[in-house]
Parts: sequence; structure tokens; C-alpha cells
Amino acid sequence: MKKNMTDFRVVENLSLTDRLFLLKLTPADGSPIGDTRPGQFVEVRVDNEPKVFLRRPISIHRVLKAKNEMWLLVQKAGNGTNRLATLKSGDLLNVVYPLGNGYTLTDGHVLLVGGGVGIAPLLETGAVLKANGAQVTYLLGTRSARDLVELEQYREVGEVLVTTEDGSTVEGLDCQKGFVTNHSRLRSGAFDAIRVCGPGPMMKALAKTIADWPEMQKPHYCEVSLENKMACGLGVCLCCVENTQSGHRCVCSDGPVFDVKELKW
Amino acid sequence: MADLKTNIAGVEFKNPVLTASGTFGYGVEFADFIDLNRLGGFIVKGTTLHAREGNAYPRLAETPSGMINAVGLQNKGVQYFIDHIYPKLKDYDTNVIVNLSGSCVDDYVTGAEMLNQLDKIPCIELNISCPNVKAGGMGFGTQPKMAEEVVSKVRSVYNKPLIVKLTPNVTSIAEIAKAVEAAGADSVSLINTVLAMAVDAEKQRPVLSTVTGGMSGAAVKPIALRCVWQVYNAVQIPIVGLGGIMNATDAIEMMLCGARAIEVGTANFIDPTVTMKIIDGIDDYLERHGCKSVSEIVGALKI
Repeated sequence: MKKNMTDFRVVENLSLTDRLFLLKLTPADGSPIGDTRPGQFVEVRVDNEPKVFLRRPISIHRVLKAKNEMWLLVQKAGNGTNRLATLKSGDLLNVVYPLGNGYTLTDGHVLLVGGGVGIAPLLETGAVLKANGAQVTYLLGTRSARDLVELEQYREVGEVLVTTEDGSTVEGLDCQKGFVTNHSRLRSGAFDAIRVCGPGPMMKALAKTIADWPEMQKPHYCEVSLENKMACGLGVCLCCVENTQSGHRCVCSDGPVFDVKELKW
Repeated sequence: MADLKTNIAGVEFKNPVLTASGTFGYGVEFADFIDLNRLGGFIVKGTTLHAREGNAYPRLAETPSGMINAVGLQNKGVQYFIDHIYPKLKDYDTNVIVNLSGSCVDDYVTGAEMLNQLDKIPCIELNISCPNVKAGGMGFGTQPKMAEEVVSKVRSVYNKPLIVKLTPNVTSIAEIAKAVEAAGADSVSLINTVLAMAVDAEKQRPVLSTVTGGMSGAAVKPIALRCVWQVYNAVQIPIVGLGGIMNATDAIEMMLCGARAIEVGTANFIDPTVTMKIIDGIDDYLERHGCKSVSEIVGALKI
């Protein structure tokens, strides 16, 4: 899959919550968006922000070939993403993509577990899995029901299960109080594969919860996507390493997706 | 088009634009973005005699116009390079240079002996300036006597041109440059990263696992220009200039201060095609200034 650097034009920048926004992008020269895999990411250049020097890695949220659009779901987390939040329709955004390995795609019933802005890559992942014939169920963990975004998009792909820390609920959804690890539908035998993206503590708790399940013996049963601080995105600066069974490996080029058993968690 | 060819200690480069060790992997990682054969050369990831796991994460801190890294020479060792990487690189139509580091003199010497046998590696860059390793590394580059010792011992086993990479973290970089010149270095490259530190005020902790690290990027260019100018006025051997070069103008400034070739490092992270733009930009500059050859601007600073 050839990597490239392309100027995209902002089609729309939608503010979804006080922290999350959705950037809809299309190549500025009208060329078709290159091939990508679910779980891959882009590195965007943040212009006109003196405090920002390096590119920012952002998950690919959705690729709509028919509209020639790539969507990025972004959380304001610092100088870089705060600047990106101010982009307006028509602005240009320089993008290096596609980066990283992406999730292993499987058949059967796949559970996609997301927490916070970690739900971002799971929309594209679910859509591609569904198009390939898999059954998709989402398990989304959030502090409060009002932080859930784009539910209709996820519901188009598969059933959506929710956990909220404050116990708030969404009508029509199996919404339970607690963390994703507390949801009653998360149990051994229910799913053929699990794909996860979210905060480190959430992913580690999930890994611990399912560690003894017999299906964990299958390779790639549970894959997690990491977001270590990175510079190049290309596997050359070696800054974003994660400790794995085979030593330090780059999250940007060997990951961001790892079989959870590979990680020294 | 001006003549962009440059020559470092007998090694001919089709243009003065090289890439800095540790910022360009083994070159192949950039093959989707640029034609590697257009480069004057590329310097592969810092290599040590034995494999190194490098330092613990986190290894990166962003700073205004720069970054600090604490990678610590993670690499698979010289033998792995010879067996697995060299075969993939040897057919490129550009100079592939190996950056060799070590934690003791014997490691440098053994590594250099092994690399000496590789026909398609025209020269090595001896790294006596890495700030991120506990033993050796920068230690060899901060004291003239130690620099002289490691360079002269490597010199005795390595038959091809030897570029010695210097650290700016010294009182007088000119003194170190003179010492390595006297010990038989054919060229010096400078600067390696600037010893630096970043702090997370909320957590009241250092950002890097190693507390201190090496700073690079646009912010260090003024330091690099000063070092290149001081060394240019102190030694006869050719200089390869690096440190904060982000564009062609930066490269030209470095050459005016005395660099006969330049290395592009951190800029590759922000624009993986930047080396091609720098080559074209140097050509444009030479044309605008009526220069027939890039050699006309080396050290041409008017004081």
C-alpha cells in the first residue's frame, strides 16, 4: 500500500461535543483517495501554530470512496488538535497516509470495543467487516451518554452496546452502568474476534478480563490499537516504541494494532 | 542547472544533500515518497557492534520548533546490518554511509573492521556524540584525548574515508575538531543533538524516561551554524553540516558557513519529500546568484 503526502481540502468541520470534532476531507486536486486499511492512521501537518512542530497522528475514521471523502474524528487534547479544531470549509490540510498496519479482518461475529475518541477507527473497521460478511457488535464505553457521538453511523453497521460511568442511558440501546469490562454481553463464547481502541487503562482492564478465555489461544483473537507519542510515523525515529514479546517495536509502523498477547502488559 | 557535485575526502556526491542518521531509517522507508537515487547520499541508522534495545518509552518531547529524543541507539548490530540490510541497499545509485557508534574503543574498532569489507559503503560516519547512551557515545566526543584515541584506533583498521560526527555539547567544538583531524579523520560532521530536557509541570516529572535527551529541529540551527563556522575556521578537512535544516535556505546558510555537504534530519519527519525540495532549491539559488558550481558557496560567507 503506497504511502503518499497529499493536500486535502476541508469539506466540513463539525463540532460534535465540546471536545470532539469531525473533519471531512477530500483531496484538493480531486484525485481519488488512495487505498487504506481499517485501523490505519494519517499524520497531519498543523500549520500556523508556533507551538506545534511535529505532525499529529490521527486514526482514519471513515473512507467514503463514492464521495471521495476521508473522515477524521478528533479530540481536542493540546495545541495541535486545538488548532485543527479551528479549520474551516475550504482550508487545506497536508496529510501523510496511509500509515501503520491496521486490524486483522476476520469472519464471524466481531466485537469492536471503543472508549472515548478510541471509537474513531472502529467505524471504518466495522463498515469494512460488515461489507466482507462479518457480523459486527459495538461496545462503546463513555463517561456519560451525552458524550456518545455519531451513534446513527455505528448503528448502521451493527448493534451498539454502551456502558456509561454515570449510569446515564440512551433509549433503544443496551446501556449499562460501569466500564466496558462490566457489560453483561462481554463473555466468553459470544464473539469470534475482538478489536479494541481506547484509553490505555481501558484496554489493559479488558485484556485482563478476557485473559483466561479459551478463545484467547487463537492468534489475533484480541487486537488493540495503541497511540504512543510519535514523531515520524514511518518507523524511522524509533520514538513511539512499545515493549513487546519481541522487544521494542514501533507503534507507528509495526502497529498501531497489536495482538494483545504480543504486549508486555 | 549548476554543477551540484561535491566531494568529501575523495568520495564524490552527486549533490550535497544527505540525510542524517536516525532520521531516515535504512532509506527504504522513504521510497514511496522520493527517488532515493536523487540524494547525494543517505546515512543509515546509528549502528553498534552489538544489538541494543534502546531506552524505555517515553522517548520523545516536542518543543517549540524542535523535539528532544531519548532513543538510545536502538539497533540490531553491525552483523545484522551486513546480513540483512546491506544486501537491500547496495544497488542504490547513491552513497550509502553507515553511522557507527560504540560504548568502548574496542567496539568501534571491531565494528569499523567489519564495515571496511563492504564494497558499496564508501565511507563511515563515526558517531562519538550520541547524548543518549550511558556508556561511551558522547563521552568520546567531549574530551580531545578520548576523541583522538578512538579516531586513531579506528583509523588504523578502516581504509576508506572516515567522517567523525561531533557533539555541540562542549566548551570548544573547534578543539575537538582539531583533535580528530590530527588523529586521522578525513572529515567531520556536525552537529549531533543538543543536550536538553523537558518537564511536565502538572505531573512534576520529566517528559523523557531518561530525564535528559538530544534536541533537534529548527530551533538548533543557529547553534549548528555557529559550530560549523567555528570548525571551518579551525581545520582543513571538509565539513558536513547538519542541525535544524528545514529547507534549501537553511542548507545554503550552512554551506556559506563552510559545510561542503549537509545532512537533513528531523525535517524528514515533517515532510518526507523535503530532501528533493532542498536539492531543487539549492540549484535555484545557485542560478539566481550566477554560480556555476555549488563549491563556490562553501565558506563564502562575507565577514
